[in-house]
Amino acid sequence: MPFRPDLRDRDATPEALWLRRRDFLRLGAAGAVGAMLPAAARAGGPEGAALPVTRKVDLAGGEKPSPWDVVTGYNNFYELGTDKEDPRRNAASLRPRPWTVRIEGEVKKPASVDVDTLISWFPLEERIYRMRCVEAWSIVVPWVGFPLAGLVKRVEPTSRAKFVVFTTLLDPEQLPGERRPILSWPYVEGLRIDEAVHPLTLMAVGLYGRVLPGQNGAPLRLVVPWKYGFKGAKSLVSIRFQERQPRTTWNLMAPNEYGFLANVNPAVDHPRWSQAKERRLGDFFKRPTLPFNGYGDQVASLYAGIDLAKNF
Amino acid sequence: MARRSWLVPAAVAAGLLPLAKLAFDGATGGLGANPIQALLDRLGFWTLAMLTATLAAGPLNAQLGLAWPLRIRRALGLLTFGYATLHLVTYAGVDQALDLRAILADVVKRPFITVGFATFLVLLPLALTSTDAGVRRLGFRRWKRLHRLAYLAALGGVVHFIWRVKADLRQPVLFAVALGLLLLARLLPRRPAARTAGRAPRPRPGGEGGAAVGDTRPAG
Repeated sequence: MPFRPDLRDRDATPEALWLRRRDFLRLGAAGAVGAMLPAAARAGGPEGAALPVTRKVDLAGGEKPSPWDVVTGYNNFYELGTDKEDPRRNAASLRPRPWTVRIEGEVKKPASVDVDTLISWFPLEERIYRMRCVEAWSIVVPWVGFPLAGLVKRVEPTSRAKFVVFTTLLDPEQLPGERRPILSWPYVEGLRIDEAVHPLTLMAVGLYGRVLPGQNGAPLRLVVPWKYGFKGAKSLVSIRFQERQPRTTWNLMAPNEYGFLANVNPAVDHPRWSQAKERRLGDFFKRPTLPFNGYGDQVASLYAGIDLAKNF
Repeated sequence: MARRSWLVPAAVAAGLLPLAKLAFDGATGGLGANPIQALLDRLGFWTLAMLTATLAAGPLNAQLGLAWPLRIRRALGLLTFGYATLHLVTYAGVDQALDLRAILADVVKRPFITVGFATFLVLLPLALTSTDAGVRRLGFRRWKRLHRLAYLAALGGVVHFIWRVKADLRQPVLFAVALGLLLLARLLPRRPAARTAGRAPRPRPGGEGGAAVGDTRPAG
């Protein structure tokens, strides 16, 4: 990934101001009226500040992306509530600007950097990915972001950097779900370094060409399309490089149900439900789940010689 | 006896309100992005809620001397069975689209579904013997013993719910606590004044206000 030091328009755009204005409007009369309408009548199109996208890549086989209302209204983000509709309802408490991200651990160039500065380091592209949740539902998402590989290269990992650890903001004021010990907070996820630099692995900062909404993990989140959705840690404050494999949140919670790799695998059932099929939100019938969520031709070689039934 | 003849219809109407809300939400997009899952979750929730209400009738009578809970107990029990049936039909017919192989694999391999299915099988004979004729055919003692299975069904329902949830156990634990309290209430001595006031005392073996589903037929 070429390093592009030139600043672009976006860097001058006062996104923080824009977001605050939105919060204010949400409290207004328009919001009150909207809340009384049935969900179907409320379902709107993409909203939020537009992001400059340099290229678009369809990696979902031409399938139409799930509607904005589904992608932003049906979320697992327990820090904003455990019901699927909670995160959108509670997203206003999250303030994604200003925001600092720490790049730390086994790197030659650690940094503590403002998220918009971090984003300005890389050209943004749209990537349409399938997203398969471990709960056997799935969506198609037009993410906006940059490959994590570019960031990894830029900070120059040392030879001891075997794993990359992603940590979500720990702040019960902004993420009220963290007041209750449902999971061990902060949410932590991790990748092997070879998974982290795979070209499909994305740092997402937007959706549908717009800045990422709070419920989807603003301002910066991980997207690994061949793994179950819970690997995609949201609202990141730290990206740490280290030698040992981290203990990750869901794996700590139930190691027999959620493995570290968490590759989408129809042959390895969750102990409590089948992973053989999934329901694409909006469909009536379930469809077969594909190994590696259909990205096997690009990622299966990462796991050559590994027993994926044991290392699920 | 026409005394408070509105009681049972009112209970049935109230018990059907969650179903009406579900239908309304279903028709207006209120079930969200994954309506089949929402339907399943809500039918399951209301099955347990109705069952808890059914099981509360005995202790309410025995400890507080209220007569009306016993009179609507059969209705509550049948509402429980109704919600359980809709829950099962939604799972098999809608969620799994009648894929019998997948359903069988689920029932055999997944404890959470095994328990759910077994719980339905426990409720089935209770519903089938809920009529006056059912009570007569079995004889009151045997009928009553059979209907204590309602507690087993509640236990099964709570376990099914706990195993279904990924991390946030608040709701299933609430049901577990309610069930525990209702079981504890059965251990308390019956309040002497507790009677179906104004009615001739019925033969109520043990007199501890059991878990009967259909124990509400008017005397005489």
